[in-house]
Amino acid sequence: MKYLAFATGLFAATTAVAETPVLTIYTYDSFVSDWGPGPAVEKAFEEVCDCDLQFVGAGDGAALLGRLKLEGARTEADVVLGLDTNLTAAAAATGLFAQSPVSAEYALPVAWNDPLFVPYDWGYFAFVQNADLENAPADFKALADSDLKIVIQDPRSSTPGLGLLMWVKAAYGDEAPAIWAGLSDNIVTVTKGWSEAYGLFLEGEADMVLSYTTSPAYHLIAEEDASKTAAPFTEGHYLQIEVAGKIAGTDQPELADQFLQFMVTDAFQSVIPTTNWMYPAVTPETGLPEGFETLIQPEKALMVPPADADTIRDAALAEWLEALTQ
Amino acid sequence: MIRSGPGYAAAGFVLLFIFGPLIMVFVKAGGGVLPGPGDWAAIRFSITQATLSALFSTVLAIPVARALARRQFRGRGVLITLLGAPFILPVIVAVLGLLAVFGRSGALNSLLIWIGVPPVQIYGLHGVVLAHVFFNLPLATRILLQAWQQIPAERFRLAASLNLSAGQIARQLEFPMLRAAAPGAFVVIFALCLSSFTVALTLGGGPKATTVELAIYQAFRFDFDLGRAAMLAVIQTLLVGIVALFALKYSHGEGFGAGLDRVVTRWDAQSTLLRLNDALILIFAALFLLLPLTMVVINGIAGWSRMPAQVYSALWVSVTIALLSTALTLALALPLALTALRRGWIEVIGLFGIVSSPLVLGTGLFLIVHPFADPARLAFAVTGLVNALMALPFTLRVLIPSLRASEQNYGRLADSLGLTGWTRLRLLLLPRARRALGFAAGLTAAMSMGDLGVITLFADPSHATLPLQMYRLMGAFRMEAAAGAGLVLLMSSLGLFWILDKGGRGDVDA
Repeated sequence: MKYLAFATGLFAATTAVAETPVLTIYTYDSFVSDWGPGPAVEKAFEEVCDCDLQFVGAGDGAALLGRLKLEGARTEADVVLGLDTNLTAAAAATGLFAQSPVSAEYALPVAWNDPLFVPYDWGYFAFVQNADLENAPADFKALADSDLKIVIQDPRSSTPGLGLLMWVKAAYGDEAPAIWAGLSDNIVTVTKGWSEAYGLFLEGEADMVLSYTTSPAYHLIAEEDASKTAAPFTEGHYLQIEVAGKIAGTDQPELADQFLQFMVTDAFQSVIPTTNWMYPAVTPETGLPEGFETLIQPEKALMVPPADADTIRDAALAEWLEALTQ
Repeated sequence: MIRSGPGYAAAGFVLLFIFGPLIMVFVKAGGGVLPGPGDWAAIRFSITQATLSALFSTVLAIPVARALARRQFRGRGVLITLLGAPFILPVIVAVLGLLAVFGRSGALNSLLIWIGVPPVQIYGLHGVVLAHVFFNLPLATRILLQAWQQIPAERFRLAASLNLSAGQIARQLEFPMLRAAAPGAFVVIFALCLSSFTVALTLGGGPKATTVELAIYQAFRFDFDLGRAAMLAVIQTLLVGIVALFALKYSHGEGFGAGLDRVVTRWDAQSTLLRLNDALILIFAALFLLLPLTMVVINGIAGWSRMPAQVYSALWVSVTIALLSTALTLALALPLALTALRRGWIEVIGLFGIVSSPLVLGTGLFLIVHPFADPARLAFAVTGLVNALMALPFTLRVLIPSLRASEQNYGRLADSLGLTGWTRLRLLLLPRARRALGFAAGLTAAMSMGDLGVITLFADPSHATLPLQMYRLMGAFRMEAAAGAGLVLLMSSLGLFWILDKGGRGDVDA
């Protein structure tokens, strides 16, 4: 009898679950972590969607795209959240993504007219330093001429690392190899990911670390520590825009559309600044959190057109390897 | 005798689990792609750093193991356990600890600047080797120490009654023992270092320190070239296979015969000079291994109060996986080790686990599993199994010599008594392998605790392991809290190791 009761319970439970539609979103790991935007976003969306939102974490942005390519059309994902403008062309080429239903008043430094992907946050790459650093460089050439030490991430394993590669390429074009050659004696080391690099910087292994202009906001807001700043570079700063897209083969097309619409509303956007430590793609009605006004405002936003990202990336990586393995 | 069937079954399982996914990746890629020039540079660098790391770790471990083998002092057991700690730390925790001592603004350079000597630069090939020695010196020491302890006390008594000097004992007893044991330690460490990625890149100071695993990353993430990634994984596996076969060929020893398991007394090593020598060696080794650990502890205590509750739930996930891995490893290692007594080459199969690229292995497993099941649901099982395979080489390296000694010394007696199969295992082999089993179980559990669960394709976001949770804290700027979690990890890994290892050393003073 016990078993029968158990079996009935199980059956009841599965039908109960089946009645609630499930929206599966693939994203990067730091989004779903307890300190990322995931938990708050899930709660806010489930309040309005009458559904069960399930996040699946997969490494970082590039790993996310890799997983999608492995799964192909069989993917369980309804929405993929966490690709960036360096990956959107390759993602679009998989043919897995559907047209986006969203139009919004974006607060992006560039016009947005990608038909597939919806941006949810953005930021500028920058070198972060201690505010009291003397002779902080104003551009890459000054940095290369200085004896300041920097720690960066490997473009082959890290999103910011790739961002720096594109930054130098976008700013200097054919001169990029010379810039890297000049920087080679400033680079203390190259790490696998952002966490290692930032950890080394905080341990005092380097004067500057490659991160985002928004990183000092974490120290200021969460730790009331104003000792970190980002260095404004006159060449301009490379822009990273993070996006989400709907999978064309989804079995929950309405829910997926609803989520993408929800993504550009205040309920989602107001979570971003102090969890993902990026700028929201649509500025919430309440504005940015106090402290964000202290961040540097780059005069120029650099970005290679997403369609060219792949070719430029391959050339830039070859130059980078060449310059740093001399 | 013990039948070989279970050993072959275990070997088949390991091969299937490692090469099945690899073949799957080749199938998906539609064939292999030959590595490019950059990949060959990565292969060369991997071999260079792994050879140097394994060589230094093994050679430096000899005096340390000898000092530990011939000295009895208070706290010796604790010291042996603590010296093992670097081996089980998650890479990033250990790297930060090392840099706190040897880094640009580390303790060593502060001292050098204070006494007016120019600071030293840790980043480069020497830094990679230093870090790998830091990780693996403890392992080499334990493997050699175990070999030392297999020389029966009676041999040293005989040597003493013949009035042999320490140097003569080294020639007659210790050198033959080392010839049998050191190549095995070398191979295991070579295999470990060959697939190093984070340590090699971070301490290598840049893309010059590109290893095969990083080349695999590039092929996979950057070019989505699965054929090249899988090809590199095959090359890595072949390299270890070749080195292992060579080492095994040269590592046969004669054995020292049986003893009465008395405590070893070393009359030869009582001179003041030798005492001083051993004391200095132990002090240097302890400083080298324990200073970075002390930094981990100091930072951990500072971050302790900022640790969120999630750290503790992650701790239980990790402990569960660690115990699962330990059980699995022993279940695979014991039959493999028993078969290896007659078929030495079978140990090489055990080594493949450590060199199979986690990225390629994970991708292949994912391709196998995905059509049938949600990979996240298998996160526990897959993580446990992969950790078990990773630990297999050490477990075998520790178990085989111990079982071989029992068979050499008591095998004929057991034969004449008609002890076979399970009875022989229960009455002779297992009791005599107790120390090795305890140590191997402790190592596996501790290693599994520290593993990041590299296979992100099987990640289950709601059941993060402790290292993953620590990494997430770092990724969310919470470096102090992450340091606290690192300390929890260090203590729990050491605790597990100590309990299991102690279980095996119950008879140490009998």
